[in-house]
Amino acid sequence: MRIRNLTRHLGLAVVAAFVVAACGSSSSNNSATCSESTAKTATTASACGGIDALVVAAKAEGKLNIIATPPDWANYGEAINGFQSKYGITITSDNPNGSSQDEINAVTQLGTSSRAPDVLDMGKAVTLANLQLYAPYKVATWADILDSQKDPTGLWWQDYGGYMSIGYDSTKVPTITTLTDLLKPEFKGKVALNGNAKQANAALQGVMMANLAQGGTPDNISKGVDFFHQLKQAGNFSPVQATSATVANGTTPVVFDWDYLSASHGKDVPTWKIFEQSNAILGDYYQQAINKNAPHPAAARLWEEYLYSDTGQNDWLRGKARPVRMAAMIKSGTIDKTAAAALPAVNGTPVFLTDAQASAAKDYLVAHWDAAMS
Amino acid sequence: MTIAGSPAVSATAGRPMGGRRLPLDWIGTVPFLAYVAVFLFLPTAIVLGGSVFDVNGSLTLINFSHLSRVYIVKATIQTISLSAFTAVVGAILGALLAYAIAVGNPEGLLRRLTLSISGVLAQFGGVTLAFAFIATIGPAGFVYLWLAQHHADIYAGSIWLFELPGLALVYLYFQIPLMVLVFMPALDGIKPQWREATESLGGGTWHYWRYVAGPLLAPAFLGATLLLFANSFSAYATANALINQGQPVISQQINGALSGEVGSFEPGFAKAIAVEMVVIVTLVTVLYSLLQRRTSRWLQ
Repeated sequence: MRIRNLTRHLGLAVVAAFVVAACGSSSSNNSATCSESTAKTATTASACGGIDALVVAAKAEGKLNIIATPPDWANYGEAINGFQSKYGITITSDNPNGSSQDEINAVTQLGTSSRAPDVLDMGKAVTLANLQLYAPYKVATWADILDSQKDPTGLWWQDYGGYMSIGYDSTKVPTITTLTDLLKPEFKGKVALNGNAKQANAALQGVMMANLAQGGTPDNISKGVDFFHQLKQAGNFSPVQATSATVANGTTPVVFDWDYLSASHGKDVPTWKIFEQSNAILGDYYQQAINKNAPHPAAARLWEEYLYSDTGQNDWLRGKARPVRMAAMIKSGTIDKTAAAALPAVNGTPVFLTDAQASAAKDYLVAHWDAAMS
Repeated sequence: MTIAGSPAVSATAGRPMGGRRLPLDWIGTVPFLAYVAVFLFLPTAIVLGGSVFDVNGSLTLINFSHLSRVYIVKATIQTISLSAFTAVVGAILGALLAYAIAVGNPEGLLRRLTLSISGVLAQFGGVTLAFAFIATIGPAGFVYLWLAQHHADIYAGSIWLFELPGLALVYLYFQIPLMVLVFMPALDGIKPQWREATESLGGGTWHYWRYVAGPLLAPAFLGATLLLFANSFSAYATANALINQGQPVISQQINGALSGEVGSFEPGFAKAIAVEMVVIVTLVTVLYSLLQRRTSRWLQ
């Protein structure tokens, strides 16, 4: 009795599976809906039956997993809330303070599990080292992204960036007009980096910025390491990792960080100021990619479409990050002008590290940083 | 363990049912063995296995040769010195504190209070503890600022809280209470009659400690010191929150090789460092058991 019932149920399930599969394969032709298998390989929204079909498929999935994107980072919180309320898709944000390598580790360790991250937001070195893990996709606004800021096949594309800066609490230290001010006795124990320079991109770029300001070239970061060694010798460098908490309580009143992250300290410390030296304007962008084993392939693609719509780009801009479509949006007039005007002014020619330069800097830091810090 | 259990059980199992049966007395140890297998042997095997592969998955011993890198050697020496220092100082101060309350009223408020506080503080480590120190005696902490205003600048030379001495101070904050907890039972086992016996035989305080209490407590004291050593040797979060740059502690170097976003990803090397830590703790444990065997033989 039980067994017969079971077989009947199984039989029904098999039939149902066939029907669903059949619907799926036919629907990709009449472009009305987008099945899971189609969504998994869709390289554009139209390959999935158009944006409306993508929305239907994403809503059916109902969930999206993101990782290492804290709500106060480049205003991700607003984008997350906007997406959730627009589409009714629940976003699970894992390990918000994780590093790029933590994202990749999650992808490889969770595999095809439903908890695996759907989309990734990573530093360049890690992005380029793991190309086999991504599904190619091109958002509708793909043409607005410069060729130098995306992979031609759509494996990754840049999202937002900013410039390395020195943020400081103007009530705790004198006004900074040049990098070497930091060596003065008034800065004793006050200067910090956002992370370990051997591991965190923001910290590596902080050392590179000091390197450029000290007359070094992007190919050789040694002058930056020397500067931090001097800072350490002077007793001015604090080995504590700067976070919103250490800035708010005054333990790290001077911090090397991206201008868009530094600007957010203004909420806790109204007297927070940002300094960028004109001969050391160092820029960097983060990269988006879709996990090829994304448990919610349609929602992952819809999330990317949302982030690269004018709304998503302006969300980042309000977080003081410079969205990758910024130039195109200024041209078309869709940019949030108030937010754009609030960005720190840049007086100088920006430098962007090539992959080889970033890699050389990393190798030098791994070999020399710990010695410079002791 | 099974061997030790067998004779005791067979001696008492003389039930009238009789007959030869498969010995089942090992069943009681199954939960323990399963626990040890899953939480001790399996991770050790994974670490050992992973340490002999490079990033591309081919067999190699290169990860172990990387252990000679200057910064790893330095971190190893620093971690061993730091652990040994906090273990010895923590053990001595903790033992004195435990003795002070052990000789007091066994039902007294002071004893109960000290033991409960120790129970809480022994577990109070990690980022919360580090931040508690930063917020009180850190360079922006209220205690430091008050001291500095009263001409007692404790950071006149350098901000030592963010150097190894600072780590030692913060570690002692959980080492001393841990010592109190683990050493208390041994002290409670000391009977006042032994003291009286010593004195009736004409011995003084020195004789009592040198020939009676000292030898009896030595194995427990050394064992507790070893536990303290391992406790600070494996600490990570506290050190990382206080000293993020330079990674002076060996467990931080594992993190350095394992996680990052600039491409310095060497999982095999991270596991080789873990193996190094396992070897060091094993060596210390072996030394301890040799020492304990000597002291217990001496006691017989």
